[in-house]
Amino acid sequence: MQIPAISFQNVSKTYRGGAVRALDGVSFDIQPGEFFGLLGPNGAGKTTLISILAGLAKASGGRVLVQSHDVVEDYAAARKALGIVPQELVFDPFFTVREALKIQSGYFGVRNNDAWIDELLSSLGLADKANANMRQLSGGMKRRVLVAQALVHRPPVIVLDEPTAGVDVELRQTLWQFVARLNREGHAVLLTTHYLEEAEALCSRIAMLKLGKIVALDRTSQLLAGKASTMLRFKTDSALPLSLAAQSRVTGRIAQITAHDAAEVETILATLRAAAVPIEDLEIGRADLEDVFLEIMNGAA
Amino acid sequence: MNGISLQGARTLFYKEVLRFWKVSFQTVGAPVLTAVLYLLVFGHTLENHVKVYGSVGYTAFLIPGLVMMSVLQNAFANASSSLIQSKITGNLVFLLVAPLSHWAWFVAYVGAAIVRGLAVGLGVAVVTMWFAPPGMDNLVWVLVFAVLGSGLMGALGLIAGLWAEKFDQMAAFQNFIIMPMTFLSGVFYSVGSLPPLWLAVSHANPFFYMIDGFRHGFFGVSDVSPWISLGVVGAAFIAVSAIALELLRRGYKIRH
Repeated sequence: MQIPAISFQNVSKTYRGGAVRALDGVSFDIQPGEFFGLLGPNGAGKTTLISILAGLAKASGGRVLVQSHDVVEDYAAARKALGIVPQELVFDPFFTVREALKIQSGYFGVRNNDAWIDELLSSLGLADKANANMRQLSGGMKRRVLVAQALVHRPPVIVLDEPTAGVDVELRQTLWQFVARLNREGHAVLLTTHYLEEAEALCSRIAMLKLGKIVALDRTSQLLAGKASTMLRFKTDSALPLSLAAQSRVTGRIAQITAHDAAEVETILATLRAAAVPIEDLEIGRADLEDVFLEIMNGAA
Repeated sequence: MNGISLQGARTLFYKEVLRFWKVSFQTVGAPVLTAVLYLLVFGHTLENHVKVYGSVGYTAFLIPGLVMMSVLQNAFANASSSLIQSKITGNLVFLLVAPLSHWAWFVAYVGAAIVRGLAVGLGVAVVTMWFAPPGMDNLVWVLVFAVLGSGLMGALGLIAGLWAEKFDQMAAFQNFIIMPMTFLSGVFYSVGSLPPLWLAVSHANPFFYMIDGFRHGFFGVSDVSPWISLGVVGAAFIAVSAIALELLRRGYKIRH
């Protein structure tokens, strides 16, 4: 049995003397070299869990281990193994990009790190910004620096907390290529994201968090196979019948309805016909992670 | 401290010094100008009316007080403003995720506060001593009180920076605690000239001992023995440092 990269053991977090329960007995392990996705709606507790892992917050119960080092008792070893890309776009306005990276490197006890810093700068498309002050960078560039700062001490475990929120396509591509490369080289990655297609494309296993509890935890392929497997997609200008509203997702004129099998597809079409909803461009395809996510979040699961 | 923490503390110290040095026009230049203005106004008004310790001219008496006041206020400002800015802008996260012990934080923030305090103090001394050279009785006392006093104020700045959640809370701490205590510490007068009640109040103010001990190094005379001042300032430094270290260890208001 390998030592897990990260082990969450019955982690709970309460605020205001127990009145608010942000996390409720969360337990799961992330294996070395794994690309793991943590999904959940806003307020589910994803960032709270990451904060406890990073030492930014204290758990009310349970414990978290990074490569078997307790994040409280043995915080120095745990933090040395972790590279955290925070969700907020923060920066220190006093320094240039290279200074910020050298300083971050020093905090982790790493000296003479220029070769790796240069590699990070070029891999993240920052080479020509190395001597620019942090204040002069665009939001996307600042985000790249945050990624570089998290990786400057070559941590075996990388945590990305919604790294692509509000980020342009080019940076998303650069970022995922680089993180995928690090993952191939053996780094474990924990990703929280709102973009489910990213999680589907990158993560081999996924946990879903709802109101502070794990409601699903499986291989991505199993999650996709086990839940609604078929999706109807069509355009309409009319409102859908109420009986279909719960399982449907409407974006402008496009409606998507999930179904478990062919019989259910027939039922849905019959319901639409009976309600005299005119439909165009009907497609029937495989459900994606977003459909699974909505089904789990809406259901008792 | 282990190896990582030692290198980490050194880096954080370097970062804190670099931070104020990059804006030295505001962090060193401005306080020097302020001290010169005090000297010009008070020195001009009182030079011919006040003699201190029997023979010391007022301007010469005022210079070490202004130097020490600048040292103390800037040491406090360095630690407190750096911390509150990092907290409010959110970049404290870079430190919070690093494997630094509470000792590393303390040594780095207080060390940088001492450097800022001494840099400003040296600047004020260099600019003001031409007005009335105060002489130098014992450099050791001067250095001991400058370092210990700025260390004490750096530790106090750390506590204020951890405690304050908004800039106006920090301003309140500075305007309602630090400023009155430095002003009423005998920078502008010898407390021996005060009525008994205010003399007693001054003797309860630790800032008085920092200024008085520091000034002793220049004139060889002071309101109280420099050894008493050393005892009071040393005890205050240990007490304030112990509080700052405990708050850092607990992650007071920074690890929720």
